[in-house]
Amino acid sequence: MQRLYRNNGMAELAQIVEKLKVKFPTAIENVREFRGEVTVQVGPDALVEMAMYLRDDPDCDFNFLSDVSGVDYYPEEPRFGVNYHLLSMKHKQRLRLKVRLKGPNPRVPTVTSVWPGANWFERETFDLFGVTFIGHPDLRRLLLPMDFRGHPLRRDNPTVQEEVQFTHNFDEVDRTKPYAKS
Amino acid sequence: MSLTEYGVTEVTLDQLRSLVSDRAFTGDTMLLNMGPQHPSTHGVLRLLLELDGENVVSCVPDIGFLHTGIEKTCEDKTYVKVIPLTDRMDYLAPLSNNLGYVMAVEKLMGTDVPIRAQYIRVLLCELTRITSHLVWLATHALDIGAMSVFLYCFRERETIMDIFEMVSGQRMMASYFRPGGLWRDLPPGFEETVRQVLKVMPGRIDEYEALLDKNPIWLERTKNIGLISGQDALAWGVSGPSLRGSGVEWDIRKAMPYSCYDQFDFDVPLGHNGDVYDRFLCRIREMRESLRIVKQALDKLPGGPFMTSDRKVAPPPKEELAYSMEALIHHFKLWTEGFKAPEGEVYTSVESPRGEFSCYLNSDGSPKPRRVHFRAPSFANLSALPIMSKNVFVADLVAIAGSIDIVLGDVDR
Repeated sequence: MQRLYRNNGMAELAQIVEKLKVKFPTAIENVREFRGEVTVQVGPDALVEMAMYLRDDPDCDFNFLSDVSGVDYYPEEPRFGVNYHLLSMKHKQRLRLKVRLKGPNPRVPTVTSVWPGANWFERETFDLFGVTFIGHPDLRRLLLPMDFRGHPLRRDNPTVQEEVQFTHNFDEVDRTKPYAKS
Repeated sequence: MSLTEYGVTEVTLDQLRSLVSDRAFTGDTMLLNMGPQHPSTHGVLRLLLELDGENVVSCVPDIGFLHTGIEKTCEDKTYVKVIPLTDRMDYLAPLSNNLGYVMAVEKLMGTDVPIRAQYIRVLLCELTRITSHLVWLATHALDIGAMSVFLYCFRERETIMDIFEMVSGQRMMASYFRPGGLWRDLPPGFEETVRQVLKVMPGRIDEYEALLDKNPIWLERTKNIGLISGQDALAWGVSGPSLRGSGVEWDIRKAMPYSCYDQFDFDVPLGHNGDVYDRFLCRIREMRESLRIVKQALDKLPGGPFMTSDRKVAPPPKEELAYSMEALIHHFKLWTEGFKAPEGEVYTSVESPRGEFSCYLNSDGSPKPRRVHFRAPSFANLSALPIMSKNVFVADLVAIAGSIDIVLGDVDR
């Protein structure tokens, strides 16, 4: 038997977190460790500065932004979360930066100035969660059509938008169709 | 009610202005749609091109035509039922996706995986890499005009597809990996079939390389086309062979070994110019390295169980149901409610044929995930296409799009 994940490098990650705590004493909201992964939750105002630091400091050197993903913690508050999965190729380490944002119109500064590759990931998160990335160069919908209403990955967004039309409720559903209103 | 009242933003003229140059508005250059129905966009990719004669001034990719809401669908399914959805994202490398996802579930649950299952996973993932690269080579060559390579590659791919069918019953959508191990053990005759492929493939790969690498038209069309520096590639999140073609040595299998990749001897091929040709060479060499791994895995294949004995994750063997009450309870619970994962979030990455495929799982403690996010390698690689296609000809754009090996199912999810 062999464990799938390895916890090496935890000491180095702890050092990085300590450095961050010294450098940004007020910005860090909490630090969590789960299954050998470290999550640093940061206030949205300090996000870009911290990202810049994590990229440029030689001890951190997180040169690669793997992923940006939104989370909807509905009905918790603050409702939204945005995760930034960072990768340091030199130190072979990963770190998760997290911001928590209040709904229903969450706003967070963009990190495209730090990692240009965040561009599409942020557009996707905007598209699916309705998180506005302040300062993003091209914040348009990415996956969904331009005239789509709402943000489907929010937890309160129903999987089914309208009732399925069967014989027994055909007229009832038909009256709700857009073409019936005109 | 106007659309803006719903919070909907249309593409405005101002936005269009920021996407293309001013000359497009004076009629000096031409705006042209390439795709979504175009054979060389490998699926349904739309590129808005601004053309000055044959020169591409700007290139704006438009994706989402194949968006199927897989991540939303996952939230309504138990952890095991998500596996078939992962097959359907990158449909040319379904087993790599399976692996990325089940690794995330195993990490979340803290499950151990038997070593035999690990070896079989690596073996099949490397075979997947070969099939995926064969399709890439076939279509890439076809785009540039080399028709015969296409037919040869698909012939060889079929032999590996037969192996997948043998183990999982499916040629493409295998869903063979399960949290804690595999769906079932390898069938009889597996080893001979793989050995046959191992015998035939190296010569065939040499043949394909010779067909293209000594072809002056191919060299003319690929060398110094679609350049991207290693630094730019990293900044734009490019991964996989497209990154290694630019000379950046980064392969998750080597750098942060997962499953049991640390027990195999293989090299990571690198390019140095970052052009279409180097990406081509990287992938050709990767196929040979994959064959090496497959051979080692087959030689060293350990015995033992193929599935964890943890009944909270893995279903009990069928024969146990006849006499064990507990087995029946576990079976019933697993296939109705599913297993409850501890609250938390995990992130796992695997090196898929296209690059870094990652899975982010967020659990709220219920049997269904709160959020599943897939970092699709094609998605990030495609976002760097405008960088690679500065001041190229339209015909070269076809070569570049082929060289980053996108799968639109993976891009759109």
